[in-house]
Order: sequence, then C-alpha cells, then structure tokens
Amino acid sequence: MRVSFEVNGEKVSADNVWPGESLLYVLRERLGLPGSKNACEQGECGSCTVYFDGETACSCMIAAGQAEGRRVGTVEGLAEGRGKGADERPLGAVQEAFVEAGAVQCGFCTPGLLVQTDDLLERTVGAGEGAPDDAQIREALAGNLCRCTGYEKIIDAVHLAAERRAGAGSGS
Amino acid sequence: MEFLSPSTVEEALEAKHAHPDGVPIMGGTDVMVELNFDKRRPPALIDLSRVAELSEWGPDDGRIRLGAGVSYTRIVEGLGAGAPALAKAARTVASPQIRNRGTVGGNLGGASPAGDTHPALLATDAVVELASVRGRRKVPAREFYLSLRETACRSDELITAVLLPEPTGPQQFAKIGTRNAMVIAVTSFSLALDRERRAVGTGLGAAAPTPVRAETAEEFLAEEFDWEGGSSPSEAVVRRFGDLVASAARPIDDQRGSAAYRKHALSVMARRALSWSVTEYRKGAA
Ligand SMILES: Cc1cc2nc3c(=O)[nH]c(=O)nc-3n(C[C@H](O)[C@H](O)[C@H](O)COP(=O)(O)OP(=O)(O)OC[C@H]3O[C@@H](n4cnc5c(N)ncnc54)[C@H](O)[C@@H]3O)c2cc1C
Ligand code: FES
Ligand code: FES
Repeated sequence: MRVSFEVNGEKVSADNVWPGESLLYVLRERLGLPGSKNACEQGECGSCTVYFDGETACSCMIAAGQAEGRRVGTVEGLAEGRGKGADERPLGAVQEAFVEAGAVQCGFCTPGLLVQTDDLLERTVGAGEGAPDDAQIREALAGNLCRCTGYEKIIDAVHLAAERRAGAGSGS
Repeated sequence: MEFLSPSTVEEALEAKHAHPDGVPIMGGTDVMVELNFDKRRPPALIDLSRVAELSEWGPDDGRIRLGAGVSYTRIVEGLGAGAPALAKAARTVASPQIRNRGTVGGNLGGASPAGDTHPALLATDAVVELASVRGRRKVPAREFYLSLRETACRSDELITAVLLPEPTGPQQFAKIGTRNAMVIAVTSFSLALDRERRAVGTGLGAAAPTPVRAETAEEFLAEEFDWEGGSSPSEAVVRRFGDLVASAARPIDDQRGSAAYRKHALSVMARRALSWSVTEYRKGAA
C-alpha cells in the first residue's frame, strides 16, 4: 500500500508498504530517517519515540497504515531549522543540553530521550508551569531505557534544558 | 494482508462481519508486538483509530460511557473523580508513550489475566458494550472473562465502550511489580465500597487464568463493615478479609512470581486497600 503523512512539517509518501510493518520501519528504511532507533520493537525501550499527532508514542507500536494522514515529528525535527535530515544543521536546545551534561554515551537511547524530553518541557515550561522536578522527569522518562549512563547525567541534562528554556522566556 | 480503515462504528462492524478473522487494532501496543515478532499474520487488520465514537467519553444515564478507544492518558487526566479505580489502574500502565496509545478496549480485547483495567472493571461492576452488525448488547464485566484469554466478545463483534457506574464510595487499585513503571503486574487488586447498596466489590489480576473476584471476601466485608459510622474494622476482620481475598486466587508459578508469593501479596494489598478505603470513607470522599 501507499502511505502518505507529514514528517517534521513535510509531506512524505512511501510505496509498497506492507500494512503491518511499523511506522518505525517506514521512517528508517523507506524514508531515510534513521534518527529514531530500533532497539526492541516491543514498546519497552522508548528509543523509537516520535510525536504522533502531537503526543509522544513508540513508533514501533504504530502500524504503517495507521500513520496515513497523520503528523509525525522525529528527532531529526528537533535540530534548528526543521526539515528532513539533521546532518548539517545546528543542534536544538535540548540536544545541546544533553551534549553539555554528558548525557550521551553510545547514543542509542538518545533520540527517544530527546523527543520525550522535548515533550516534557513543552508541557511544563512551555505551558507556563515551572521547570519539572526530579520526580516529574523520572516519570516522563520512565519508558526510555539507557544501558550506559545510569540516568543521572540525563536528569541533569533535562534540568539544564528546562532552566535555559525558562530563562529564555516561554515560547521556544 | 488487507488493511481496513473504517471511519464509523457501522463501517467497522461491516468490516468485522466481512472479515471475522481480521484483527482489530486500536493503540497497537499488543497487536504490534505480535506483528513485529512474527507471532501473528492475520489476513486483515481493522484499524479502529479513525472511528471517532470509540475515542469519546461522557455521561450516559447515571453512568460514564467510556469509548473503547480512549487512551490511558486521557483516562488519567479526565476520570480521576468519575472512575477512580480505573484511573488509578490506568496510571500504572507501562510508560507515558504507551499510555498515550493503549486503551481499555485493547486491554479487554487481549484479555490478559494480568491486564490492569480488569480488576477495576470487576470491582466497580462496570459493563462492557459489544456490537456487531446484528446490534449492540451489554455484558457485565463480571460475566465477560470466560477462560484464559477467552471473553464474551464473539468473532463478529467489537468492543465499543465500557459503562462505568458513578462511584458511591472509595475505590482503590494496587499492583505489585519489580519497578514503579513499565511492569506487567505480578499480581494486582482493586477494591470498591458502595455506600448506597452497602456492597463491596473486588477484582484480582494475574491471580488466576482470568481476572476474578473474591466473592466470599466481598460478602464477608459487606457484613462486617460499619457502613453507618465507617469505624475501622478490627485487626481480625482486616486479616480475615486479606485471607479470603488470597484464597480466591488460583495463581501459577512463573518468571514474574511464585503462586505462594502472589497469594501473600494479594492478602497484603487487600488489607492496605481496605485501610485506605476506610480512611477515605470516613472523610466522606466518594
Ligand atoms: C511496553 C509495554 C508495556 C505494557 N504494560 C502494560 C501494563 O502495565 N498493564 C497492562 O494492562 N498492559 C500493558 N501492556 C499491554 C497493552 O498496552 C495493553 O493491553 C493495552 O490496553 C492495549 O490497548 P491497545 O489499544 O494498544 O490494544 P491493541 O494492541 O490495538 O489491541 C489489543 C487486542 O485487543 C483487540 N482489540 C482492540 N480494540 C478492540 C475493540 N474495540 N474490539 C475488539 N477487540 C479489540 C485487538 O485485536 C488485540 O487482540 C503493555 C504493552 C507494552 C508494549
Ligand atoms: S524500539 Fe520501539 S520501544 Fe524499543
Ligand atoms: S547512552 Fe547508551 S543506551 Fe543510553
């Protein structure tokens, strides 16, 4: 089947899609967007997290056909200047915070954590609430596994990103 | 494999009628695991995520009618007061990403004995609405679970909604797992006190081949509880209630826990749920 939807603000289509394959597979293997990672294909690790019609979801748990006409946002869209492929573009604020805080080791979990963190900041600082506390951060990231960092640096990174965003005034 | 995208309940029922072997998919958090791991190759997928009616909820003749496709996230946000036990159960499911997608209809459709919504639906005497091209019918949750993963939902039927009675007393949900998030229950327990009917409801998860009630425990507590004043039951009553809950379980040993541990955990959760409920009952919090 042919599946058409929006990724990071651009209309895209993929042909010869098997309807039971996952949105994650479509993004990585058919649309050349390998930012979302495949580490479990069973919803357990969160490394494939994307925005799906504005809410975060594991893209491995969405059937390709369910994405028809929907709005998808991937980690590639978090870099400054939206669009496809993040290679040559400056990092977004959440990404910078992860680099600076040392929250990235092998990096496999990072794309999912970035999207989930972006969403958390949107719903807290972005919604005019204060920066999230440790408990809120741990709750928001409970579905994102990291085998390397031990999570402390990740929590630091989220605090850092939240402080900067709050300091910059709400908005982006 | 065919992919069907009905946009109304009627179209979905036609699709299910035409493809009785077709697999409905809502949030996909159970179905996609099976597809990704080649455990299932259905002839058709029937995507229910575009059927607006399934994602709606609202008051319905003294109850709340919750569409089968409302996500756990929306249940947590919107039903804390209207359906406390179910909202508490929804709050414990998996992770935010899974709660954004997973639904009560999917939990009922898969009917895992460990599914978190079942104990709450049993304890609160919820009703499951089933529909087919032949019409709609209502089955009490207490008659819905037939045997391991078998339910009253027939092959040409879809689950359209659950009807949640207005709470008339405290409702609890408790779950044991190795972590606070992302765990399938080792065992779980729900308790509902019904001030008006002076009745007690219970539901046990991962305790038997199907979700079950502890009816003897319900009758015992309904008899012993001080419905008038809400005074704390004696230590002996609390202990007996816990024992009766545990004895309703027919658990198995598996990698998540032993049968003996499950029974022990159930009696502890039952006692705790009772003491939380008594405190709430006295406060008049319904
Ligand atoms: C990582 C992870 C963690 C999880 N943790 C938990 C947990 O803590 N607690 C828990 O209870 N579950 C858990 N689950 C299981 C799953 O999320 C739940 O069972 C959820 O409620 C399924 O809902 P869904 O809409 O995603 O179902 P789907 O996957 O879309 O469907 C599930 C089943 O129900 C059928 N179905 C769906 N909708 C209907 C309908 N309207 N009528 C008839 N049949 C229907 C489908 O055909 C399928 O058999 C977890 C799953 C994952 C991947
Ligand atoms: S790959 Fe999707 S959650 Fe792990
Ligand atoms: S950095 Fe390696 S898994 Fe998280």
